[in-house]
Amino acid sequence: MKVLNKEVLTENQGVRVVKLIILAPDIARKAKAGQFVVLMVKEEGERIPLTIVNTDIVKGTITIIAQEAGFTTKLLARAAEGESLYSIVGPLGHPTEIKKYGKVILVGGGVGIAEIYPVAKAMKQAGNFVTAIIGSRSKELLILERELKEACDELIVMTDDGSYGRKGFVTEALKELLEKSKQDLVYAVGPIPMMKAVSMVTKPFGVHTLVSLNALMVDGTGMCGCCRVSVGGKVKFSCVDGPEFEASEVDWQELQKRNSVYNEKEKHICQLKKL
Amino acid sequence: MKKQPVSVKEQDSAIRAKSFEEVVLGFSEENALEEASRCIQCKEPKCISGCPVGINIKGFIKKITEKDYDGAYFTIREKNNFPSICGRVCPAEYQCRRVCVFTKKGEPFASKEAINIHFLERFVGDHGAKKSLQVKADNDAKLSKMKVAVVGSGPAGLCCAGELARRGIKVVIFEGLHKTGGVLRYGIPPFRLPRNILDSEINSLKKLGVEINTNYIVGKAKTIDELFKEGYSAIFLGLGAGIPSFMGIPGENLCNIYSANEFLTRVNLMSAEKFPEYHTPVTIGKHIVVIGGGNTAMDAARVAIRLQNMNGIKPDTTIVYRRTEVEMPARRLEIEHAKEEGVKFDLLVKPEEFVGDEKGFVKKMRASRCKLGEPDASGRRRPEVIPNSSFEVDCDEAVVAIGLGANKILTSVTPELTTDKYGDVTVNPETMATSIKGVFAGGDIVGGEGTVIEAMGMAKRASVAIVDYLLKL
Ligand SMILES: Cc1cc2nc3c(=O)[nH]c(=O)nc-3n(C[C@H](O)[C@H](O)[C@H](O)COP(=O)(O)OP(=O)(O)OC[C@H]3O[C@@H](n4cnc5c(N)ncnc54)[C@H](O)[C@@H]3O)c2cc1C
Ligand SMILES: Cc1cc2nc3c(=O)[nH]c(=O)nc-3n(C[C@H](O)[C@H](O)[C@H](O)COP(=O)(O)OP(=O)(O)OC[C@H]3O[C@@H](n4cnc5c(N)ncnc54)[C@H](O)[C@@H]3O)c2cc1C
Ligand code: SF4
Ligand code: FES
Repeated sequence: MKVLNKEVLTENQGVRVVKLIILAPDIARKAKAGQFVVLMVKEEGERIPLTIVNTDIVKGTITIIAQEAGFTTKLLARAAEGESLYSIVGPLGHPTEIKKYGKVILVGGGVGIAEIYPVAKAMKQAGNFVTAIIGSRSKELLILERELKEACDELIVMTDDGSYGRKGFVTEALKELLEKSKQDLVYAVGPIPMMKAVSMVTKPFGVHTLVSLNALMVDGTGMCGCCRVSVGGKVKFSCVDGPEFEASEVDWQELQKRNSVYNEKEKHICQLKKL
Repeated sequence: MKKQPVSVKEQDSAIRAKSFEEVVLGFSEENALEEASRCIQCKEPKCISGCPVGINIKGFIKKITEKDYDGAYFTIREKNNFPSICGRVCPAEYQCRRVCVFTKKGEPFASKEAINIHFLERFVGDHGAKKSLQVKADNDAKLSKMKVAVVGSGPAGLCCAGELARRGIKVVIFEGLHKTGGVLRYGIPPFRLPRNILDSEINSLKKLGVEINTNYIVGKAKTIDELFKEGYSAIFLGLGAGIPSFMGIPGENLCNIYSANEFLTRVNLMSAEKFPEYHTPVTIGKHIVVIGGGNTAMDAARVAIRLQNMNGIKPDTTIVYRRTEVEMPARRLEIEHAKEEGVKFDLLVKPEEFVGDEKGFVKKMRASRCKLGEPDASGRRRPEVIPNSSFEVDCDEAVVAIGLGANKILTSVTPELTTDKYGDVTVNPETMATSIKGVFAGGDIVGGEGTVIEAMGMAKRASVAIVDYLLKL
């Protein structure tokens, strides 16, 4: 649970993303693309889910990349090298189904770029032609470009303000690709509005589209029901039934609302503790 | 003249509804002596048959009357590892006390004249803990070379670990959460089971040499096969009933509708009542409805009303249940306590729908009134909806406490492990052996939602079979 290495990937326009390498040999040994951990920074802390971005079985480490959202991610970003986190458990959730689909497009927005990275590597290894479309507000906020370039056959970079790559949203590039040629799988991770938009774009093309949902979680083992989402009209627990689901079946509005439950309280604790 | 039952000291209800301090203060020595002297030491005591682990009740009560409290402690410990826990949470009125000779014939639960066996047990357990009375481990040459893995640290896992450790076996517990105890910690609130009691009972296991690994999910970080390969000779599964049920009615996923597990976990395990000192938030509504009639519902309602009181909100927490109080499965004492603390009860009511505001937060519950019909499969009279009785109540928070299903995190990745239609692990009821050789199971993952002592009873049976199994290896 020791933090061996910490790096700030970006710190701009109020967005701070950090990368942590943590000693967790048992998790490293088992983790597969698409899985996550639930960790606590301190004993008084809350339990938050974060994707396992990379593993090193020899060194027994896992890599996580977190964007500061509220109190806990801010605390995490302040953890010093050599410090131990209070707890970490995993790997949780179903691994992504990796097989040869043919042509696969991975769409990552914001910190979601980190979450498509392990999937990109695994898809490539399984013999797919992998295109990644990554997007951020501006050049300074883009992460893992070099890593994804290496992992994929093709990389498209989009920025909202046009400061780097192409100007526009990831969905524009996605639509063009889908119009140009038949794709076999679209896999998207990012903010809820982005994943929802991806789902709207791919629907008319009938292409199998997976999204990794970021529902609020407590235990991550199916015990509390906090992470419940409506998928295809059925209630699912995203920690054990997911975190990936068929995009067209997700009730986005419900997810967005449920994720906002503690907004006020979180603002309060950040102000109070000056983070 | 027959002696009157000794009543137990309790914290004043107005004070206790504002804190998480223990409600029942227990028997003093004097109380215990007086209550124990009421026991008529039946020639053929029924009470023992009513105890799922067969504690020599008559025997330990006798020892109390002789002021031999150490002796009473070791008498209980022959059958029960955790007297301080069971003395606090056992639904004695359905078990030992129900069959005590002082209970009137045909009563659904113990008469108040029945000996207060649970309070006596608690007295003896706390005495043992205070004196750090410790049971010694055997030293069997063969067994002491053996290693057994226990999955889950709820009452079943803890009990099995304790029994095996006493035989000199090396036991390692794997627990998925960051703290031990299972429902004892994340479900049952500290005002019923103080954390120092739980900790000291768990510490006594550590003193017996039991090793505990938290943050470790078997089935995820390690499979059953891998445990065997690492040299464990047998495995006990005490996975619990970890999946909350919902009613499946419209609006149930609105914001601020919790499962009891989530609500209680936020508070009991994560200390959300101390937010922001502790970082996990919990909603504290102005009008809270809790749906259900079991212990889980009582606990959720009593936690809810405390949160309201502690935050200066006029207490308004209501338990909504489809049947009447008689059919409520909760401990009678907790129903009484909930009422005393100001929890309201709206009975014979079936929720139909939750209505939310534009932001997706619950603001109303629509429900129908019921009457009781014929008994159903559970033997309880079935609630029938009265036509056109629908009504609405304001609620800005709801807690659904209608039941729990089998924890699937291990069973779903272990296809060789046979389960039934409920997802419960199937076992040989005598040995608690599962379909996998060397793997045994007990507690709620076998019997469905039960009680602490039933979970321990099964774990005990399993431990006997495990020792047998190890000796034959
Ligand atoms: C399976 C899974 C994998 C995840 N992987 C990553 C990852 O690799 N990197 C990463 O940076 N984040 C990831 N997240 C999101 C991460 O869990 C949240 O950002 C984190 O819990 C926020 O905690 P906090 O206390 O800092 O923020 P809070 O104070 O709890 O929240 C701050 C703001 O963020 C919103 N928020 C809180 N939790 C989430 C959430 N789960 N999703 C979206 N918005 C949320 C709140 O509504 C609030 O507005 C993942 C979530 C899930 C469910
Ligand atoms: C709120 C509430 C109040 C209750 N009140 C009472 C009461 O007053 N009296 C009473 O007698 N009974 C009560 N009960 C019922 C009682 O608590 C249960 O019957 C009992 O806890 C079951 O014990 P168990 O050991 O089988 O499971 P649990 O207590 O559920 O423990 C199971 C443990 O296993 C862990 N686990 C599961 N899967 C894995 C895995 N794959 N790897 C590692 N760890 C795993 C879980 O995290 C958990 O800690 C109550 C239940 C609830 C929910
Ligand atoms: S049945 Fe009641 S009176 Fe008889 S021995 Fe048991 S506790 Fe005592
Ligand atoms: S996080 Fe508790 S059930 Fe999924």
